[in-house]
Amino acid sequence: MQQPNKLRPFYENVAFERDDNTMIINFGPNHPSAHGQLNLLLELQGEKVIKATPRVGYLHRGMEKMAENMIYNEYMPTTDRMDYIASTANNYAFALAVEKLIDVEAPRRAQAIRLVLVELNRLMSHIFWLAVHALDVGAMSIMLYCFREREYIMDLMEDYCGARLTHSAIRIGGVPLDFTPEWIEKLLALLETIPAQIDMWEKILTTNRIWRMRLEDVGNLPKEMAYSWGCSGPMLRGSGIKWDIRKEQPYELYSEIDFDVPIAQTCDSYGRYKVFLEEMRQTIKIIKQGVAIYKTTDSKLMADAPEFISASKEDLMTQNYSLMQHFVLVTQGMRPPKGEVYVPTESPKGELGFYIVSEGEAYPHRLKVRSPSFYHTGILQDWLVGENLADIVTIIGSSNTVFGEVDR
Amino acid sequence: MSDVTFYIIETIIKASLVVLILSAIAGFTTYFERKVLAFMQRRKGPMHVGPHGLLQIAADGIKLFTKEDIVPAQSIKPIFKIAPIITAATAFIAMAAVPFFPPFELFGRTIHPIVADVNVGILFVLGVGAVGLYGPLLAGMASNNKWGMLGAARTTVQFVSYEVVSGLSILAPIMIVGSLSLVEMNNYQSGGLLSWLIFKQPIAFLLFLIAGYAETNRTPFDLLEHEAEIINGYGTEYSGMRWGMFFIGEYANMFTVAFLVSLVFLGGWNDFYFIPGAIAIILKVLFLMFLFLWTRAAWPHIRPDQIMWMMWKVLMPLAIVNIFITGLVIL
Repeated sequence: MQQPNKLRPFYENVAFERDDNTMIINFGPNHPSAHGQLNLLLELQGEKVIKATPRVGYLHRGMEKMAENMIYNEYMPTTDRMDYIASTANNYAFALAVEKLIDVEAPRRAQAIRLVLVELNRLMSHIFWLAVHALDVGAMSIMLYCFREREYIMDLMEDYCGARLTHSAIRIGGVPLDFTPEWIEKLLALLETIPAQIDMWEKILTTNRIWRMRLEDVGNLPKEMAYSWGCSGPMLRGSGIKWDIRKEQPYELYSEIDFDVPIAQTCDSYGRYKVFLEEMRQTIKIIKQGVAIYKTTDSKLMADAPEFISASKEDLMTQNYSLMQHFVLVTQGMRPPKGEVYVPTESPKGELGFYIVSEGEAYPHRLKVRSPSFYHTGILQDWLVGENLADIVTIIGSSNTVFGEVDR
Repeated sequence: MSDVTFYIIETIIKASLVVLILSAIAGFTTYFERKVLAFMQRRKGPMHVGPHGLLQIAADGIKLFTKEDIVPAQSIKPIFKIAPIITAATAFIAMAAVPFFPPFELFGRTIHPIVADVNVGILFVLGVGAVGLYGPLLAGMASNNKWGMLGAARTTVQFVSYEVVSGLSILAPIMIVGSLSLVEMNNYQSGGLLSWLIFKQPIAFLLFLIAGYAETNRTPFDLLEHEAEIINGYGTEYSGMRWGMFFIGEYANMFTVAFLVSLVFLGGWNDFYFIPGAIAIILKVLFLMFLFLWTRAAWPHIRPDQIMWMMWKVLMPLAIVNIFITGLVIL
């Protein structure tokens, strides 16, 4: 085994390690199923993993540092690039954190729109997860079946905000755009068709013996391990822990929404697969309730806090002081009061939260992202030991990591 | 023209026809596969090169031939270069003993569409097929790549396992027919649908088909080169036509297995009611090929340890029990 140090960094040796007969292999960052840019340093005995070292940073863009040089509104599009599978969830988490910092609450209609958008992103993300997970395990058609539905949802997002992947669909203090009645009709029509598709995917996979052989008892994640590694989201629920921030610390409209938190007691990949599928159904239920709430609200989209958030166009055009404030907000940015804030949200992948320290400046003094995928990558070093090489792909797949979010 | 000269010329023509037609068909099968998969996956498949993408095969061929041929510096070069030839060559050699069609009259002579009518046809095909394992094995070992290494290791695991099952499962029909010649096998089933061996040996049929999937390394046993796990397995370092040879070999193998299954179990090239024998066997082979593709579209694939478990602990005992029962019935 090599002893890397500063003068002799680790290099991939192509020859076998003769002394202990283990093979060191670089899994990624260009491996087809490294989910973006994961580099796993695997020590293999045959196909059995005896040591795994996840190495991250191949997609590092320094987003937390970038935040310190951007005014708050400027940072919003950057958050898109974290979990790019469900970018509205990032926008939402950031917006919630800043809103708590400046003590503003979005109007009820904006909250309903956010709820619909975030849950739509969750649906999109889960469908994408099933697609790539099935592809990793070798079920090729599922991927294309799933991608069609994801495409429809992306079309919806494009209709709403103009972007398909990096939405930036949420602003601090509300949302920029209202739904149109046609959009809602399209959304509801789509939601009617998706459950049938989910049933079809389930029919193909759930009782398929090969699928079960590949997933059952693979990637066992005991409760204690899930706790101690800081897992969240479906990973935690797949290990039989009923924890969902939407239920435990409801934010915005979630306290009014009726939905179940599916859990699986088996703690393996199969359990997580079932959790994901059930969450898709629950998400559809939530979106429908969100639309119902939306219909009862009045038309206000942005919060009324001219000190932090630009006033409405009407005010800008009629009131001199509003215009002045708007000018300052655009050129210098909002200046939240001194303080620090952390707001957790339940993103499709788990607990996503932004920790912001404000010194009363227009720029955050420090911004830290607690992204679920980062913790789910760290756990790999304990989790993969003893598994087969073929199962590593299944396990990484079932943890639903997105590397934009890990490396930031 | 003496009989010997005619025999030599006939054999040369037949051999070149088999190689030419089957490599062309192997190419066409890639198109067929992509289209079938596409229709099963709600998309269109290749559409841009030629009408309905028919010229895609030609485009692929040109691409493969004109690609740079990379031989890694640290590889064992002679073996690295020979390995794809082994795969492609054995795939075609195996076909020498396969009687493709019923005999027909041409220039006043009876032509047997079989290159070499050896009386141990099945053994020959299985044996040459087993030699084919050296292709991926040597390729993986020689290319000095760890993924190639893993692919080679998986090759051995898989081939050793399936060889046992395919050999044992085909013993039972051989016992019934009492011959190792594929022509004899075929003639045994000349009595119409009910004389097909699939009805006498359903278990052997299933076992042999499963082993055939493993031999041609198709889903669900495509673990030699499953991209999601070991990049491309033994083929990781190959490019251009060298890689293409593996491909051709794989598809030619699929045809060999399809012909074997239809000859041994599905009545071969005997006339099927109103369908003449030659067309009947083409239909059977096409159906089996379609089955290959269908499986690929529908199923995930299994792990190396699971294939060992399945072959040694499930299928092999079944095959042995099947042989015993067949023996008792014959006695």
